[in-house]
Amino acid sequence: MISVRNVNKTFGKQQVLFDVSANFEPGRVNLIIGQSGQGKSVLAKSMVGLHEVDSGQILFDGRDFTAMDKSDRAEIRQEIGMLFQGSALFDSMTVEENIKFPLSMFTKMTKKEMQERVDFCLERVNLQGRNALYPSECSGGMQKRVGIARAIAMNPKYLFCDEPNSGLDPKTAIVIDSLIKDITYEYGITTIVITHDMNSVMEIGDNVIFIHQGKKWWEGDRHSIITTDNPEIEAFVFASEFMKKIRSSLKERIK
Amino acid sequence: MDEVQYIGINSIPIVALMSTFIGAVISLQTASNMDSPLLPDYTVGYITQSSVILEFSPTIISLILAGKVGSNIASEIGTMRITEQIDALEIMGVNSLNHLILPKVLAAVVYFPVLVIFSMILAMIGGFVALVVSDLQSTETYVLGLRSFFDVSNITYALTKTVAFGFIIVSISSFYGYYVKGGSLDVGKASTKSVVVSSVVILIANFIITKLMLL
Repeated sequence: MISVRNVNKTFGKQQVLFDVSANFEPGRVNLIIGQSGQGKSVLAKSMVGLHEVDSGQILFDGRDFTAMDKSDRAEIRQEIGMLFQGSALFDSMTVEENIKFPLSMFTKMTKKEMQERVDFCLERVNLQGRNALYPSECSGGMQKRVGIARAIAMNPKYLFCDEPNSGLDPKTAIVIDSLIKDITYEYGITTIVITHDMNSVMEIGDNVIFIHQGKKWWEGDRHSIITTDNPEIEAFVFASEFMKKIRSSLKERIK
Repeated sequence: MDEVQYIGINSIPIVALMSTFIGAVISLQTASNMDSPLLPDYTVGYITQSSVILEFSPTIISLILAGKVGSNIASEIGTMRITEQIDALEIMGVNSLNHLILPKVLAAVVYFPVLVIFSMILAMIGGFVALVVSDLQSTETYVLGLRSFFDVSNITYALTKTVAFGFIIVSISSFYGYYVKGGSLDVGKASTKSVVVSSVVILIANFIITKLMLL
């Protein structure tokens, strides 16, 4: 489990996070949603140590990440997989080399074991046989899937996904969402997904945290987001007429 | 090995081209200015040798490499920064500074001297070709000039400078690439800035090292 306790973060004079606290349970897909510029990416990047928090604690299964030195953090980071918004694949390496990279850096696997692990990860994301491609030769959806394969290569306990569906067509987005959900349930990973995509919220959101003005504004599951009367949630999730109609019909069904 | 390829081997063509032609021009200019009958003919070879070893190969070639290798490093690392590849390394628990920059520094301090020795040889050959083909001097006279007053400490001085310049180029360009913020435009700016700053620092370091080692 990852626990965030009373986290504050400031950039210069601008405070971005205000006393944010939340728990992210293992084996569940935890979504952080919110409008652009409200602090959700900062929260996620603070959780993995890419930003230093001003105050508060971030606990990985009780281990206080904020109080650790670099070497202890490096150990925790080997338990973290991250899928970046732009995939962040190493463009000088092939798909296979990208997935092998953390294995060669941090494990004592033999070449054969590494190859088996790479093939397993690629098969898991339905990219078997694409080992020799370079990231520039992959489509956006393929890059995301390679990013997931690389993120799960080390059997992570925690998986962070930063806007995994951005730039993808709806069908590919569903594939990525399904992959994230399946991997989370299959391996009991603590998964945190930052997203704007309401389809993802409705499909995979076991636990949804709404960040607004740098604060945790609302928390619930994908069903309660339909029925909540929180005005900021309504303004964000059901901004369009289409979504409002969907909401009213869903509300009727729930009644 | 990638870094050796990238920093050393890929720079061979430009170094070879520059060195051969500038060596040729140095010898021709020197020959054209040797009017005094009191100066022996082999002075042309001697001046070519001195100019090439003391200044042209270590300094001018380093300035050219600051443009070629430095801008390449700054843009490569800068692109990795803005596309979150460096964040990906950090999250995996990899020390990104060590992983990305140390091999480049090592490759530069080892292979820049090799390139500079290569440059010295080609510049002297360029001078030889220019003088002998133009029938301005005989092979024996030019070679005598090259061998006259040859001082091994000049080579030590030149290679010391080259190692320092290699370190300056890679560390400055890596710094600008690593700490770039923004988008592709900012990567371009960082790349340009790294070349300008590296060149200025090389010139200052050249002065300091010369003062310390030769005087």
